[in-house]
Formats: sequence, C-alpha cells, structure tokens
Amino acid sequence: MSVACLVALAALALLGGCGEPQFSDAEKKTIASLALNTLPSLKPDTTNQYADVPAAAALGSTLFFDAGMSRGGTVSCSTCHKIDRQFQDDLPQAVGVGRTNRRTMPLAGVARNPWFFWDGRRDSLWAQALTPLENPLEQAGNRAAFAHYIKKRFGERYERIFGRLPDLSTAPANASPLGSDAEKAAWNAMPASQQDDINRVYANIGKAIAAFERSIEPEQTRFDRFAIDLATGAKPEGDAALSPEEILGLKLFIGKANCVTCHNGPRFTDGAFHNTGVPPVDGLPPDRGRVDAVAQVQADPFNCLGKFRDGDESACRELRFMVKDGPQIMRAYKTPSLRGAADRPPYMHAGQFSTLDEVVAHYSKAPPSVEGVSEVHPLDLSDRERAALVAFLKTLSD
Amino acid sequence: MASIWRYILAGLGLAALLVGIVAVVYLTLPHSASGPDLSRSKKTANGLFVASFEPERGVIRQGELQSWLLTLKTAAGAPVEGAAITVSGGMPQHNHGLPTSPQATDYLGEGRYRIDGVKFTMSGWWQLHFGISAAAGSDSVVFNIVL
Repeated sequence: MSVACLVALAALALLGGCGEPQFSDAEKKTIASLALNTLPSLKPDTTNQYADVPAAAALGSTLFFDAGMSRGGTVSCSTCHKIDRQFQDDLPQAVGVGRTNRRTMPLAGVARNPWFFWDGRRDSLWAQALTPLENPLEQAGNRAAFAHYIKKRFGERYERIFGRLPDLSTAPANASPLGSDAEKAAWNAMPASQQDDINRVYANIGKAIAAFERSIEPEQTRFDRFAIDLATGAKPEGDAALSPEEILGLKLFIGKANCVTCHNGPRFTDGAFHNTGVPPVDGLPPDRGRVDAVAQVQADPFNCLGKFRDGDESACRELRFMVKDGPQIMRAYKTPSLRGAADRPPYMHAGQFSTLDEVVAHYSKAPPSVEGVSEVHPLDLSDRERAALVAFLKTLSD
Repeated sequence: MASIWRYILAGLGLAALLVGIVAVVYLTLPHSASGPDLSRSKKTANGLFVASFEPERGVIRQGELQSWLLTLKTAAGAPVEGAAITVSGGMPQHNHGLPTSPQATDYLGEGRYRIDGVKFTMSGWWQLHFGISAAAGSDSVVFNIVL
C-alpha cells in the first residue's frame, strides 16, 4: 500500500471515528440509570399502616373492580383503569358516570409517585383513590353511602383489617361535604363525631385500594435487556439487540432531543410538573394544571397533614416543601412515565395527540404555551430523527 | 523518483490539514475551567459571612427530598447565630426554578442551619441562592451544584 493511501486512511479514521456506532461513557451511565434493574424496592408508606397488609390489598382489589362502588352501580375504578390495558382506557378523556376533562393515567409504578393526578392535586395514593369515588363525573358516590355499602357488603372483611365499624344506624343514607346540595345539607346536619366516623371508614377504603395498587409495577422490556447487556459488556442477543434506528433514537433521547431531562430514572419520569406548551382542547373547561391543584391538595382533609394520616408528620415533606406559586406552575403537568407509552395512545393530559409521531413533532417544534411559559425549546429534528425517537420509544413497550 | 516526492508532498499536505482540523476542534471545545464555580464554601457577596453548603448525609441523590446544612461564620470565623435565611434557585440553562420550596427548618448550633426540602429532579446545573440576615447585616450567596 502506498504512503498516500495510508495517510488518507489515517485521516478517515480520525475524522470519521473508528468501528461500531457505540456509546460514550457518559451515555452508558445515563442508559444504565434508565434500566428497570435500577428501580429501588418500593418504600413503605408510613401514612397508610395497611399499605403492605395482604388482607387490605385483597379487599382493595375487590373494591377496585366493584361497580357497586358508584352511584347507580355501573362504574368502578377498573372502568377507566382497565386491567388488560395497562390500567388505562385508551380514551382522550376518561368517561365514568360523565365525561371528564383529563386522560386516564396508567398505574404501573403508581405507588412511587410523590404526587397524584396530572396536576398533583392529591399527595398520597390512598387520598387519590378517594377522589374519583365522589367526583360526579367519575363514580359519583358520596361517603355516607360508601360507609353503608361497606358495612352491608364487606363488613366482616373490613372489621378484620381495620377494627370495629362505627354505628351507622342514625347516619343518613347519602351525605358528603362535596356532594349535591341535599347531600351537603345532610352532612352539615350530622354531629362532628359521626362525620369523623364516616370519614374514617372512607379513608380506610382509600387505604385498602392503595394497598392493592402498590402491587402494580412496571415490567422489563427490550430496552432493559439491551441496557443490562450494555452495562455488563455482553453482546445483546435476539430482541435485546436494538436496530441502528432504535440506537439513533436512544442517542437522541439522552442527547440532542433532551427528553431525558424530565423523562429520567428507571420510570422515565422526574415526578415533577412542567409546562411544555401542550395546547388546550376546544370545548373543555379551562385547565391551568398545577397552579390550581396547590389549593386543592392543601384543602384536602385526607392530605398528609390531616388527621387520617397514620405515622408521624415527617412523611409529609413533599406537601410541606411544595412550590405554592410562581409562573413555573402555570399549565404545568406531571411528567408521565414512558414505559408502555407506545401501546397507549392518545397522549398528554387531555389526549391532545393521537400518535407518538405527533408528540415528537410537538417537542421538535416547541410552540409557546397559551398561558405561562413553556420550558421546551425548538429542536428542529429531521424526519429521520423523529422516526428514530419513535422507534426507540417502542422498545419501552415490547 | 519525481512521483515519490509528489506522494510525500501530498502526505505532508494532508498531515498539515489534519493538524489544522484538530487545532480548530480543540480550540472550540468547552473547557472545564469555564464552568460554574462549584465550591461548597465561599464568602457571601458583600463579604459579611463565610457560607458552606453540604448535603446533610454526604451524598446527593437525584429525585429525592434531602436536607442540607448551611454553615455560616463571620469573616473572623465566629459562628453566626439567629440568622433569617431565605432560599430560592433553579436551573439557569432551563429557565425554571426549583421543583420544591426548601426552607431553613432548624438551627443546629455552631452556625449550622438545616435547609430541608431540597430536591434535584434532573441532571445539569442547579443554583441555590440564599438571602441571609443576621446581627452583622444582610448578605447573599449563590451555590452552584452540577449533577
């Protein structure tokens, strides 16, 4: 071989990089941090002393699937959180007794969230579980009716877990501080001790459902098998080997496209609230996200600082140190996990986008927010890059 | 013979081009010296105090609520007691504030204040600003933290 050829080859090697398209050490570290094997074991929930009691989880599972837990007996938690659909319903906005204004969230890993709902208007899984029960558009019930129903249908199971049920013989059939005018009047006419008794039963319903939901966890996917092989230096075999397009998508995800900024850790979420300029939906009531949820979680009698919490107040630091105001929480919504996302369109808090291509196109364009300030900046991704990101996201579902 | 000289000349030309490219790449790469000041102990803006800021349990864990310790001394080295402390901050490159509202919750003696409710939800460059009011006067200090 001539000298010129050698020099030319050396130049090519220097300019083009050598060998396989591989990952830098920093990229490898980020990829390892996203793999499911780095998910820590689920922490105890000291605010719910029944969180890890099997009988409570079993009762919670019964209640989760029981349409009797609604006005009219037609809607259960599982109406929208469908067990064979990642515990969501494939609809742009959930439909219970009526049509809501928000997308049903899937439940894998739900017990790991610091905040619940898209806007974080509840601060524990058990307080969350109570909210749809009385929402007129979801299960549309009232807490007095739920207490009577539990006593009638599940009295013995309840008492084995939570102790004696209160005497409900003088309690109205329907009453709630959040219900219809008649239900509110009935609630206000009750002695405080009876309100307390019913609130206690109601809180325990939430604690049982939460105990069940703690068992719903994310499952390993192709991406995780690839990430483990990459970390151990093994050559990915079979479906653990990502295609060149999927690898490009992964590199963009953790690099130029900045997705990993918020979609981080083994659940692909930072658990925090961000305005990303997602447009409102015509015809739905005004929705300002986190900024309106702050007062709701503070006013919730079942929040961590309320008297229905078990354990001590040291568990309430998220509530205590939450951001209460400021421009950054206007139209801010919780970062959703991306695990399984490819199999559950539509996307965003009100189902604004029907495909992942639309989601990626939104982040590439980064339009300004209608209210507040979007945190994302235009990426100007090429067609090839956008398709690669979608291809990578699918590896979190297979 | 002439053809060998042509090859050598071409080789030298290519080598010079390579050196040029490498030099340009080197000069345009960001240098670590230009990053934010990461020191955990520094004088406050007007020199009233010396402030130190450390995670209470020694390590920073992304995504977890953690408590930190802010230790305040006068320029002469005496612990600063009874300081009123305000906390703010954010990510300068992302144009957003902190995901939580940390507060000074306890005075632990010897100028040490517990700053609880600190959470870093993402990797990158974070800033924490402290406003400090004590007998010696009011001053402020900014700590940079890169995850």
